[in-house]
Amino acid sequence: MPEDTVTNVVFAGLGGQGIIKASDMLAEAAFRSGYDVKKSEIHGMSQRGGSVTSDVRFGREVFSPMVPSGEAQFMVALDSTQIDAARHVMRPDGLIFNPEMFLKDGQTFDDFDKNPGSPINRRNLNVALLGVLSTHLDLEESVWLEAVYANLPEKLHEQNAAVFAYGREVGKKA
Amino acid sequence: MTDTSGKNRMLLSGNEAVALAARDAGVALASAYPGTPSTEILESLATLGGPAQWAPNEKVAYEVALGAAFGGARALACMKHVGVNVAADPLFTSMYTGVSGALVLVSADDPGMASSQNEQDNRRYAPAAGIPMIEPADSQEAYDFLFTAFEMSERWKLPVMLRMTTRVCHSQTVVTPRAKGLDPLPTHFEHDIRGRVMIPGFARPAHRRLRAKLAEIYTWGETMPLHRRFDGSKKLGIITAGVCYVHAREAAPDASFLKLGMTYPLPYNMIKEFAKSVERCVVIEENDPYLVDACRAIGVACEGKAEMYRFDEMNVDRVRRILAHDESPEPVRPPGKPPQLCVGCPHRSALSVLKKLDCIIMGDIGCYTLGVLPPVDAMDSCVCMGASIGNGLGLRHVLPPDEARRVVSVIGDSTFVHGGITGLVEMAYNPPPTGHVVLILDNGTTAMTGLQDHPGTGVKLNKKQTHKLSFEDLARSIGITNVHVFTGVDPAGFEALVKQSLASEELTLIIARRPCLLSVKKQKAQPKAAAEKTNA
Ligand SMILES: Cc1ncc(C[n+]2csc(CCOP(=O)(O)OP(=O)(O)O)c2C)c(N)n1
Ligand code: SF4
Repeated sequence: MPEDTVTNVVFAGLGGQGIIKASDMLAEAAFRSGYDVKKSEIHGMSQRGGSVTSDVRFGREVFSPMVPSGEAQFMVALDSTQIDAARHVMRPDGLIFNPEMFLKDGQTFDDFDKNPGSPINRRNLNVALLGVLSTHLDLEESVWLEAVYANLPEKLHEQNAAVFAYGREVGKKA
Repeated sequence: MTDTSGKNRMLLSGNEAVALAARDAGVALASAYPGTPSTEILESLATLGGPAQWAPNEKVAYEVALGAAFGGARALACMKHVGVNVAADPLFTSMYTGVSGALVLVSADDPGMASSQNEQDNRRYAPAAGIPMIEPADSQEAYDFLFTAFEMSERWKLPVMLRMTTRVCHSQTVVTPRAKGLDPLPTHFEHDIRGRVMIPGFARPAHRRLRAKLAEIYTWGETMPLHRRFDGSKKLGIITAGVCYVHAREAAPDASFLKLGMTYPLPYNMIKEFAKSVERCVVIEENDPYLVDACRAIGVACEGKAEMYRFDEMNVDRVRRILAHDESPEPVRPPGKPPQLCVGCPHRSALSVLKKLDCIIMGDIGCYTLGVLPPVDAMDSCVCMGASIGNGLGLRHVLPPDEARRVVSVIGDSTFVHGGITGLVEMAYNPPPTGHVVLILDNGTTAMTGLQDHPGTGVKLNKKQTHKLSFEDLARSIGITNVHVFTGVDPAGFEALVKQSLASEELTLIIARRPCLLSVKKQKAQPKAAAEKTNA
């Protein structure tokens, strides 16, 4: 990416799905990589299941904390019903990552949730989608993992490293 | 979060930055009542081990902070925009008394009403009360400007307002804190009767003293380093402040800028000179035309924004439109999913019973206000914290008896402590002919703003136990004849109680006591979370 470009990522979903956590992890990874970072979301009512979006912007210098219309290169949607509410911020060639990208023919998330051996489930989709996103961004994998760990209790580190790696594999193939 | 590169850099929200600055600036006492978007300031300060405490409402918070500043300390009072309405009485006269130490009021406005009942622009308070006002644009400025606010307050012995907005409070941006903070000020009480006892004879000279100090601050402000000027293209000059500055810089990177750090008193000469230096001068601000009116009043030729942009937040798109004189309707975004009462929330069943009994429901502010939305559909008013009781009494006094008998006032526990107690006093003092029924939905927390404790929970901000206010005892001592506590989960039992209370035509307080589901979850999770922290 050219020096003066700002990377804009918008996260969209519903309260309780881990939107804020995921955007914290990206902001932290970019911050640890030495970038100027701004992250913005509206708190308040999100805990009661309403729509939540969070904007993360990083680059050499970032001004507004909110992504202007048509300027997001990426959207991480934790709930596909929420894509439309944030679509206006996407660049025409922007990429949208949503949970359905992990489903193979006929699979549902219930299949994942019920199977303890499954690499991902509904609760860790946020980290899995960050894994996908990470294959499109110029941030070191080790920094990503530091950022993921910094936002989770230690007993969840190993499991989420695997979830993140799974997301990366899916991202590389996509 | 802290940078690992060894540089002293942190990524903080504006609220966290204010909290860190408060600790670093040696604040001796910070008092607040929760309210979005200001709540996290005190919560973060408490996490940092700072002297933070919840007050029952904003008026008390401001008075406690003012008392600390009378004693020579640096004190902080934080509140959301409407909180300043509650604290306005002591605020205005504290400008006459001034302080011995230092006092900063944080007013957190909510343009766009992410979580508020109105969109008032608290910049209007600054000239009305005569309080100097400074406005940060991001977290670094929130950190730095709090120090400046304290320096100003100490120098002129006046309270100073740090005016923030939702985007500044909640956005995370990079902060480099000071290597060395300030030592706390020594505290001591010095009698100053003429200075602090505001009877008319002492207040008249005090008002003149305030105006003289503001004149000095004005002169200082003309040279103040918090104002920044960038000389870019002469074709376009933008006058702006706060978060609007970053939106405007992004929308018009080549323009010249006058970014105002202190927006009361305004640096009139600086503004005039800047405007003269550019061909086109535009004022970019959120909500009310506060800056543009002030510029025009001193004869500066400048453009403001069309009325359509008064509503809602400013952003980069809108600045572009304003600069292009684009007043076409803005694109309509698909509506997001609105928040709802949690499934199984105790407020749901209580409100449903009132709905079933065809009550006229004078409501209040809290999670239960979401009961106005389908499927509960049970609320007829929501004005400000505590209004339910007075509104209900007013209705009872004037409605025909058969309608008056259906009126109920519904209020949350935190809201009752904040602004409902005097309503209950009024009820006993001026009882309506048909009596009245007040329902406290006591879920044991301030749920709406993120589960804060309050005097009715008996727990302080630092989680230590303290005296627990008993609503029952209070109501009885006020003179309420019938006080019922309902802790059941059975809607039929609750319905019978409400019916009987409405029929009795007496003064009744029903306390429906069932914990908020989220707070129960949080309490269960807390000991675990603490253990996890020690592992890490
Ligand atoms: C003057 C003022 N201060 C603060 C707020 C923010 N606020 C809205 S509701 C509320 C309290 C809600 O608590 P409670 O009454 O216990 O109801 P719950 O949300 O727990 O149902 C607060 C602090 C406000 N609207 N107005
Ligand atoms: S947070 Fe608590 S009070 Fe609010 S809707 Fe959920 S259960 Fe009800």
